[in-house]
Amino acid sequence: MSAAPTGAAALAEPLLRVEGLRTWFPVRAGVLQRPVAWIRAVDDVSFSIEAGRTLALVGESGCGKSSVGRSLLRLVEPQAGRVWFEGVDLLGLAPAALRPVRRRLQMVFQDPMASLDPRMRVRDIVAEGMQAFGIGSSESERSERVARLLARVQLDPGQMWRYPHEFSGGQRQRICIARALALEPRLVICDEATSALDVSIQSQILNLLRDLQQELGLTYLFITHDLGVVRYLADRVAVMYLGQIVEEGPAEALFRAPQHPYTQALLAAVPSLDPARRHSVAAAPGDVPSPSAPPPGCRFHTRCPRVFARCAQEAPPLYGTASGASRCFLSDPGAATPDAGPAR
Amino acid sequence: MTRVLEVEGLVVSFPGEHGRTPVVDRLDLELDAGDTLALVGESGCGKSMTALSLLRLVPRPGRIDAGRIRIDGEDLLALRVDALRRLRGHKAGMIFQEPMTSLNPVLRVGAQVVEAIRLHERVGVLEARRRAAELFERVGIPDPAERLDAYPHELSGGMKQRVMIAIALAARPRLLIADEPTTALDVTIQAQVLELLRELRRDTGMAVLLITHDLGIVNEVADRVAVMYAGRVVEVGARETLLGAARHPYTQGLLRSIPALAPRGARLPEIPGSVPSAGAWPSGCRFHPRCPRVFDPCKQHDPDWTALPGQRVRCHAVARELAS
Repeated sequence: MSAAPTGAAALAEPLLRVEGLRTWFPVRAGVLQRPVAWIRAVDDVSFSIEAGRTLALVGESGCGKSSVGRSLLRLVEPQAGRVWFEGVDLLGLAPAALRPVRRRLQMVFQDPMASLDPRMRVRDIVAEGMQAFGIGSSESERSERVARLLARVQLDPGQMWRYPHEFSGGQRQRICIARALALEPRLVICDEATSALDVSIQSQILNLLRDLQQELGLTYLFITHDLGVVRYLADRVAVMYLGQIVEEGPAEALFRAPQHPYTQALLAAVPSLDPARRHSVAAAPGDVPSPSAPPPGCRFHTRCPRVFARCAQEAPPLYGTASGASRCFLSDPGAATPDAGPAR
Repeated sequence: MTRVLEVEGLVVSFPGEHGRTPVVDRLDLELDAGDTLALVGESGCGKSMTALSLLRLVPRPGRIDAGRIRIDGEDLLALRVDALRRLRGHKAGMIFQEPMTSLNPVLRVGAQVVEAIRLHERVGVLEARRRAAELFERVGIPDPAERLDAYPHELSGGMKQRVMIAIALAARPRLLIADEPTTALDVTIQAQVLELLRELRRDTGMAVLLITHDLGIVNEVADRVAVMYAGRVVEVGARETLLGAARHPYTQGLLRSIPALAPRGARLPEIPGSVPSAGAWPSGCRFHPRCPRVFDPCKQHDPDWTALPGQRVRCHAVARELAS
């Protein structure tokens, strides 16, 4: 990994460090199409991922998790923040300087059919980026590489001259993964990459992603709403609600002892698969408020079962917990237990 | 127990390259009042087409080729169109995955509930509106009287699904067919809707046929489970038996491949290959090319039911095991 910093001090430096990321989208109206409001899709988000690890970014629709992924690649332009990747701030780069970085930061999306050009053959889809970045000296060398990549994602290299529609959903996702790997990335952002797949196919893709990580030392940012997948593959988890990270920590601890009431409600709502223990709990009543007008104070207070007076007035900071962080006054290690609602 | 739904030998087909291709093949189901039966399977297994055929809603050029469907004693396939229209809604209501596509976007939701009520009962508009408000309250819509005047786009996904449930309940049906009712919803909202379905079933004694791909949802709401693969039901049983002691290799494979059940970081057990599409179904047992327990008879003969206590299964390997 030539671009990675060397030396003892650099060992502590994560592969990706995001600080205060803010991506707001304007809501335009009127003849002049002036912004009348802002959707705070990503609102002061910070996290980091160490090389070779998997961070899962979880939350429900509209929480901003996908906008985070897109902001990192600058597929949407953030208004503020820093994105340190391999020691370079991506948000400060000119478009021309961003291009070589994008090679090392690839993305796999939810719907493989929408992200594969239906008129291109699989060989050309996978080789397109190689050509753009000058990988391989000739067409035949690139074809050989494509064949190796297809074999690596367990597709038949003999099928490289076929079109995407000739493949099943799971095979198409393998094509997308092969395309991402073609550029030898260090970080792969998987945005709901297994969400559209049936469970028997999902397990195949999850195993493939896991094998590739072990072999190639890949780092994953796994954006998903599926907590079963998160528990299975993430090292660390960041939970988002209305544009903010409300809890972050090691996967094992977060699932065993969630600190933030939203994380608790989210986990309680997941249907149980244990035939002896059923009944998920609807612990967060009501609907998610609009991200263009998040509630004052703690953004979760309108649905929180443990809400108290302060939550509506003051926005809680991220408090450090035993192994992570939680954006809830109840997680404040310095505070005496407040007049909280009924204990869970 | 009153039998509310009885399906025998149902065949639904679509035109294919080589004549008509069945997508649902000789399917049997039965469902009693107050019970919830989950019909589970992966995409393309025919579960949604089964649901649609129960109200004779199979879209053209698909059609029901054979079989018998009885809903609350009435032979559905023998009904004339006007009688069929009365049966829909009155004896069986249906809710779908996408509430937005089922609601009329230019009509206030209250008007749509009122319409459903008045289709089945001779009541005045005011009385129907009062009943609509009651239904809204029943399905957990806050400020029901006000929400009657909302347009669908003004409501969240969870609220729209509650409106759909209210419409389905308008004529107090004996059977509710719910096709992936929470798939488009977030997990905290899904938990609310599942809770509502459980309550309604308990309070009304309705039978519920739940179509889903999610075994977690099955565990949350079902009493009995039928697993579909390639157009056929391959295993039926009580929820505890089916999720705790499935016998069909396909059901077992499905359960094992769920990441939530796997130890962290361990390799997930896979079902090799992919679901065959209709028209390309293998001979014999349709699961045999992907089955870890395959042996000769599986390739030639479609397995018949093998009965076990509390469950039945279409599998040669299980039949052989029991015989020996």
